[in-house]
Amino acid sequence: MKLHEYQSKFLFREFGIPIPNGQVAKTPDEAAAIASQLGVPVVVKAQVHVGGRGKAGGVKLARDAEEARRYAADILGMDIKGLVVQQVLVDPGADIQQEIYLAITNDRGAGSPLIMSSLEGGMDIEELNRSRPDAIIREHIDPILGLNGFQTTHIASAMGLPRAHWRSFGNILRSLYRCYIESDAELAEINPLVITGEGELLAVDGKVIIDDNALFRQPKLAAQRDDSGEPESESLAREAGISYIKLDGQIGCMVNGAGLAMTTMDMTKLYGDADRIGPANFLDIGGGASPEQVAAALRIILSDAKVQCVLINIFGGITRCDEVADGILTAYNEVKPSVPMVIRLQGTNASEGNAIISQAQIPNIISAQTLTQAAQLAVAAVKERA
Amino acid sequence: MSIFIDRNSLVLVQGITGRQGGFHARLMMAYGTKVVGGVTPGKGGEWFEGVPVFDTMRAAVRTTNADTSLVTVPARFAPDAIMEAADAGVKLIICLTEHIPVADMMKVVTFCQRLGSRLIGPNCPGVMTPGQAKVGIIPAMVAEPGNVGVVSKSGTLTYEVGFAMKNAGIGISTIVGIGGDPVIGTTFVDVLEMFENDPETEKVALLGEIGGSAEIVAADFIKNAMTKPVAAFIAGRSAPPGKRMGHAGAIVDGGEGSADEKIQALEAAGARVANNPEAIPNLLA
Repeated sequence: MKLHEYQSKFLFREFGIPIPNGQVAKTPDEAAAIASQLGVPVVVKAQVHVGGRGKAGGVKLARDAEEARRYAADILGMDIKGLVVQQVLVDPGADIQQEIYLAITNDRGAGSPLIMSSLEGGMDIEELNRSRPDAIIREHIDPILGLNGFQTTHIASAMGLPRAHWRSFGNILRSLYRCYIESDAELAEINPLVITGEGELLAVDGKVIIDDNALFRQPKLAAQRDDSGEPESESLAREAGISYIKLDGQIGCMVNGAGLAMTTMDMTKLYGDADRIGPANFLDIGGGASPEQVAAALRIILSDAKVQCVLINIFGGITRCDEVADGILTAYNEVKPSVPMVIRLQGTNASEGNAIISQAQIPNIISAQTLTQAAQLAVAAVKERA
Repeated sequence: MSIFIDRNSLVLVQGITGRQGGFHARLMMAYGTKVVGGVTPGKGGEWFEGVPVFDTMRAAVRTTNADTSLVTVPARFAPDAIMEAADAGVKLIICLTEHIPVADMMKVVTFCQRLGSRLIGPNCPGVMTPGQAKVGIIPAMVAEPGNVGVVSKSGTLTYEVGFAMKNAGIGISTIVGIGGDPVIGTTFVDVLEMFENDPETEKVALLGEIGGSAEIVAADFIKNAMTKPVAAFIAGRSAPPGKRMGHAGAIVDGGEGSADEKIQALEAAGARVANNPEAIPNLLA
């Protein structure tokens, strides 16, 4: 779960990391009030869950309250990469002498936390990693021992940070590590961490991503979820406990298991891409696939008006295909889809399952034997409707 | 021969009195796996299908001499259960549990390495040596004994490929589900190395997916250290970047982990990559 910049920085502040004392505004008037209260030039920053806000015009420097009001009016309601800006952060402008990059993330390959730090902060880290990989200091942390003092010194020294700042940098790094651990973050990033004209360190921008699997023990952070940019179907799925992601094709996919769900999507694209036909969604119905789950999944898939055909691919292992078939019929009668459904049941009790489907004699249900055949039939069904 | 498990493996099931644990323990027993006991704190002294239930792993290992453990407990308790198994001296720990926080797994994987226990998973379907034993939830019907080793990040996709192989008359030495989480105990390379050294395995099928770089590292290993032919499939070619596709680890992030880059690396390493999982048997024939 991503936190907004302001949520990330307010979280940093709780761990003792210095941040600018800005506030969030939802209207131009609020932005102007915050700016006049701060009494200095301010930065008005769009709060949306996408990168590249600055380039999109979502970050503006305002000299006074009137300018802050005008910029806030421009930015609020702005569409940045498909997301509408609903709030802005109004921060006092900082006197920037030097920009540092500092982040802690999970290194999947190493199976341990990784600190990345660079004196060339401010820019996109992926860009820096491509152009000047040696400018980034990387330090792995033993997950059982945690961050050691000598590692902090090593990082400050190796990145070439002037000695005058080692103490405050060390404090910030230790705080950020505590924040990363205690918040179950996948990423805790300060970019930039600036050295001001007065020689203070200040976290001017921040990004925190929380591990979804740890939200059960992070109720305060879970409550900060902003799903306003999320398609309604995805919110519905999350509430139903179904793993679903909306895409922009025409074939609605219902599959058991994440790997097979991705594979089923790939197959619709493999056979349909020449005709610009592809998957409308990722959907993993999980184990069991009870009638209630199948019905909920079908409703979610059909809530996408672009769907021209539903492809159900179930490989029954522990899941029994006859039970899934019952679930499909119940769901069918409840939801009454107007689009054709291609159904492929394989594995445990597949012949019983297929018999249940064929006996029901529903005209717009098409049976398939293999995944290949199922994908081809679904593509053909979409073409027929076009 | 086979890797990880065979008909002589002595298996404990952690969470055997639970719904999932009990259900799969019965199927494992029916397959011929030597399930010698189970552990559920507070239920020590009870019996399950003729095998004893213990309160702790230490007591269970002392009494049964088990060398393998299957962890089926929920995510909140699984990290502790895995560490308990390693602490009790179990050499092979297989964890099915999904949704364990990554921070916990980083500690647990490190702990197991230090104690010399091999962890497979979490969030995996387990291991099956067809005709001998299965530890986990892989259905018996998807594989016959043979000489192809299968290693996979996914559950049902593995069943799909196993079933296609079975229909084509191709048997399997061992299936290893390594799991779809970002931090796991056993990697593709660990398993490829074991298949390379296993006299009963002649060919290998690798089933990967988007996210992380484990398949790229595997491609390096295939190029530099493997003599046995490898067929592969990578799921997620049609997945958009920045979205997590069900598995916690299945996300193309910052331009890294795409299916195309993995397919290119595997092909460059000499592996034969299928664009359709049902075509894997053709590449193994």
